[in-house]
Amino acid sequence: MSMERTLDSSRERRSIFDKLLSVNWGLVLLLALLACVGFAMLYSAANGSWQPWAAKQMIRFSIALLLMIGVALVDIRVWLRAAYIIYLVALLLLIAVELRGAIGMGAQRWIDLGVIQLQPSELMKVAVVLALARYFNGVPIEEIGRPVKLVAPLLLVMVPAVLVLKQPDLGTALMLVMGGGAIFFLAGVRLWKFAVVLGAGAALVPIAWRFLRDYQKKRIYTFLDPENDPLGAGYHILQSKIALGSGGIFGKGFLLGTQSHLSFLPERQTDFIFTMLAEEWGLVGGLVLIGLYSLVFIYGYAIALLSRNHFGRLLAFGITINFFLYVFINTAMVMGLIPVVGVPLPLISYGGTAMLTVMFGFGLMMSVYIHRDVRIGRRGEVDL
Amino acid sequence: MRKQDRDRSRLLNRRALLLGGGKIALLGALAARMYYLQVVESARYRTLAEENRINLRLLAPPRGLITDRFGVLLADNKQNYRVVVVADQAGDIVSTLDAVGALIPISEADKRRVLREIKRKHTFVPVAIRDNLSWEEMARIEVNAPELPGVSIEQGLTRDYPFGETAAHVLGYVAAVSEKELTGDDPLLELPDFRIGKSGIEKSHDIELRGSAGTSEVEVNAFGRVVRELARDEGDSGQQVVLTLDMELQDFVMKRCAAELSVACVVMDAWSGDVLASVSCPGYDPGAFSAGLSTTAWRQLLADPRGPLNNKAISGAYSPGSTFKPIVALAGLEAGVITPDTRIACPGHFELGAATFHCWRKGGHGMLDLHGGIKNSCDVYFYETARRLGIDRIAAMAKRFGLGAPLGIEIPGEKGGLVPTRDWKLGTTGVPWQQGETISAGIGQSFVTTTPLQLAVMTARLVTGREVQPRFTRPDGVASRDMPDADPSHFPSLGVSARDLARVLDGMNGVVNEQHGTAYAARITDPGLQMAGKSGTAQVRRISQAERDTGLRKIKDVPWKERDHALFIALAPVSTPRYVCACVVEHGGESAGGGSAVAAPICRDVLREVQKRDPARKVPDRLFTAENNVVRS
Repeated sequence: MSMERTLDSSRERRSIFDKLLSVNWGLVLLLALLACVGFAMLYSAANGSWQPWAAKQMIRFSIALLLMIGVALVDIRVWLRAAYIIYLVALLLLIAVELRGAIGMGAQRWIDLGVIQLQPSELMKVAVVLALARYFNGVPIEEIGRPVKLVAPLLLVMVPAVLVLKQPDLGTALMLVMGGGAIFFLAGVRLWKFAVVLGAGAALVPIAWRFLRDYQKKRIYTFLDPENDPLGAGYHILQSKIALGSGGIFGKGFLLGTQSHLSFLPERQTDFIFTMLAEEWGLVGGLVLIGLYSLVFIYGYAIALLSRNHFGRLLAFGITINFFLYVFINTAMVMGLIPVVGVPLPLISYGGTAMLTVMFGFGLMMSVYIHRDVRIGRRGEVDL
Repeated sequence: MRKQDRDRSRLLNRRALLLGGGKIALLGALAARMYYLQVVESARYRTLAEENRINLRLLAPPRGLITDRFGVLLADNKQNYRVVVVADQAGDIVSTLDAVGALIPISEADKRRVLREIKRKHTFVPVAIRDNLSWEEMARIEVNAPELPGVSIEQGLTRDYPFGETAAHVLGYVAAVSEKELTGDDPLLELPDFRIGKSGIEKSHDIELRGSAGTSEVEVNAFGRVVRELARDEGDSGQQVVLTLDMELQDFVMKRCAAELSVACVVMDAWSGDVLASVSCPGYDPGAFSAGLSTTAWRQLLADPRGPLNNKAISGAYSPGSTFKPIVALAGLEAGVITPDTRIACPGHFELGAATFHCWRKGGHGMLDLHGGIKNSCDVYFYETARRLGIDRIAAMAKRFGLGAPLGIEIPGEKGGLVPTRDWKLGTTGVPWQQGETISAGIGQSFVTTTPLQLAVMTARLVTGREVQPRFTRPDGVASRDMPDADPSHFPSLGVSARDLARVLDGMNGVVNEQHGTAYAARITDPGLQMAGKSGTAQVRRISQAERDTGLRKIKDVPWKERDHALFIALAPVSTPRYVCACVVEHGGESAGGGSAVAAPICRDVLREVQKRDPARKVPDRLFTAENNVVRS
C-alpha cells in the first residue's frame, strides 16, 4: 500500500495549476451551454432585448462561474469540516428572515446584499446536503440501523423545512425534505423506517389541521385543487398548458411565442420560462433541454461513483438529486402534472440566489471530482 | 479499505442505481406529458391560444350625410380632436392635468371626472380630458407633447350641423343610445361612443343614415391592450339623405321669422308636395346634443315659454281662425246651401236663440256675397253658412283638405289637429253637440285645431284640387341640379268642383289685392308675383261680455301669453299658383286686427323670395356654395 500512500500525499500537495487542469471542463461547458439557453430565453422574454433580464443574468452567471471554480479548488476536507458551520450560518439567516417577518417588516424571504437579494432558503438546500453528507460519513454502516442515530439528521432536515414552510414556501420545503430523504436512503436507512415516518406524518395531518386558521386552510385547498381558483393559480396553469400545447412539435419560432409575449403566460422570465421555451421551440426544444439536463445528472452520477470517499459520494449524489428536483418540480409544475409551487428552472430562470446556490453546489461537486482520490475518515481526518 | 466501508459503499451504489432508475422514470413521465400536450392535444391548445389573443372589434361607420335639395350639406361628420391621457404612461395624473390645464382651459368638473374614470378603468385605457379642441388648442398640446408623457390627441367623428338652429327641427339631432333603444338588433348600438338619431330626419331615417358596422380583428395581450391589427373591414358608411328643403330659402324664412318672438312657417311646392322651408322659431343648436348638452342649457331650453325644442310647424295645434273660412265656403258651395251670389246681411252680430255671436267688425259689413265675405273675412257670413251646413258637412270637407288627422310625414312628432263632428263630441265628452258650436266652428274656432303644416297642405289642395301630400325627402334620393318639373296630376283628385275652387281663390285674391281686403297692406306689388291669401286670428282665451262693454283692452295691456295667435295662409303667383305658405305667429295678434298685421307680411316676404328663387323649377342664382358646404356630384 505504500505506493498508494505516496500517490495520495503527492496529490494533497498539488498546485492550483494542477487542480485547474483536473477540473471537469466537460461539465463546465455543459453548464455554460444551459446558461446560454437561459440567456436566449430571457432575451426573448424581454421581447428581443438584453434588458432587463438577459444582460443581468449573464453577469450573474459569470460571477457564479468564478465562484464555482473557486469552490472546486478548495480541498474537499475543508468543506467537510466547514459543513456544520455553513449549515448553522444558513439556519441563522433563515431565522433572521423569519424574525423580521414576524416583527412586521412584511413577509420578506430574502436579505438584501446590494448585488443580489439572498434567499437563505435557497442556500439551505446546499447546506442541508453538506451537513447530512458529513453526518452520515461519520456513521458506520452497522450503526445506521439504530434509530437514535437518525434523530440528529432528522432535525437537520426538519428544522429548516418547518421554517421555510412557515414563510410559506412549499416548493423549497418539499425540496429540502425530498433531497434530505434521498440522502437518508443512500446512506442506508431501511425502507420500513421511511414508511414509519410517512405514516406518522400522515397521522399528524388531521391534528395539525385543527390548529390552522381559515385563510391557511383555504390556501391549502387551492394548492390541492387549483381549478377551484380559476383567476389565481388555476389561471396560471391553464395558460401555461395553452402556451405549451399550442407550441406543437417544432414550436412557433424564437421570439414568436404569442402567449408568452402577449403576457397570457405569467412569470415567463422566472418559474414559467420552460413553457415559453416549449412554446417557441416546441416538443423538440423541450426534449433537447431535458436531454441537456440529463447529461448533467449523468455527470453528477459519474463523479459520485468515481469518488473514493463516502463524504464525496454522498455530497455529489445529494447535489445531483437536488438539481434533479429543481428541474423535475419546475417542469412538472408548468405542465400541470403537480400543483403550482414556486421552484425556478435552474440555470435558466431569471434570479440570483438560485443561480448562486446551484453553482455553489456544482463547485462542491467539482471539488469532489478533483479530490476524488482523497480518503476521508469518519471524523474527517485523512484516513490512510 | 475496511470491509464495513466497502459494504457501505456497495449499498450506496445499489441504492443510487435505484434512485437513478426512479429519475429516468420521472423524466420519461415528463417527456410523455410533453408529447400529450404538444402533439396529441396540440390542436385544441392552438385554438385556445388564438381565442386568447384575437379580439374582434366593431368599427362605427361614418354616418350618412343630409343635404338640401341642391346638395348643400345640412348634417355632416366633423373631425373632432380630443386630448386623452393614458394613466400608466403619465405617472402623476394630478400634475399632468395641471400641466395640460396650463395650455388649454379644463374645468374642475372635467378634472374630477378624469380622476374618477382612471380609477375605474384599466390604467392603459385612454381617458378623454377634453373634447372638441380647436386647431389652436390642439397645436398647443402637440407642441408640448414631449413634456406631457401619456397625453395625446385622438380624433373621432362628431355630428355637425353647419346651419345650427336654422333647420334644427327638420334635421333633429343625434345623441347617445339610451337603455331603451338597446334592442340587440344592431351591435353598433353597444359601442360606447355611438350616437343615434333622436328626433327629426335623424330619427326617422336613422337606419339608412347609420350604415353597417365594420370590424377590426386585433391582437390583444393578457390585459386587453391592443398590440396590432390583423384584419380590417371598414363596413358601409351610412346613406345620404336628400331633403326637399331649399336651405337658402329656409335661412331666409328663419331670419324673417326671428322678427317675431315665436313663429312657425311652412313653404311648399303645391304641385309636388315638396316642403321647401319649414321653420319653427326660435330653434336650438342640434350640434350641442351630439357634443353633450349641459344641464343648465337643457333646463333653459325646457323653461323657455316659446318652446324652442318643439317643432311648432308640425306639432303646434292652433285654432285656424278665419283661415278655415275657405273650407266652410267650399262646403257651402258643394252642398248648395250658398251660391257665389248668395247675399247675407251682416249687422255686426248673429243671433242664435238667446246667444249672440259677434262679427270682428263692430258695425257690421252690410250685404255681402261670397267674394265679399271672404275678402272682408266677415264672421256673420260664415256663421250663417255654417248654420245652414251643420258641423258634419264642414268636418267632411276639412278632412278632405288634410285637416283633423296626421298627414303621415316622415318626421316624428306630427300632431293631427282636430276637426270635430257630432259623434266625436258625444264619444269623447258624453255631451251632445250644440248648434252654437257649429257657429263658432264656421269661423275656425270652437274645437277646430290645425298645425301650420296642415294649413300649408290645405292651401296646396285649394290650389290644385288634388290630394297633395307633403314630403321632406326627395324620393329619388339625389341632390339634383336640374329639376324635372313636377306635375300635381299624380295626386288623386279631391272631387271638388273646379269652379267652386276658383270662386274661393277669387275671394282670397280679394283679401290681398283689392282695396279694403283684410291683407291689402301686405300685398306683393311686383308684377307677376302677386299672392292671394287668407288671414286668421285664433283666440287664446274667451273675450268676456264685460270686456266688450268696457271696450277691448289695448294690445300692450294684454300679457304676451294671453294675446291671440296671428295666422296667414297664402299662395302665389295668383295667375298660376305654385307656391303656398302658411304662417302662425304665436300671440302675435292685435286684439281685433287678425293675422293680417303680423303673419301676412311674413308670407308676403317669403312668397316673394320663393318666387324669385323658384327652387321648384331651377337652381336658384343664390346658393350656399361655401366649398365645404356642397356635396360635389
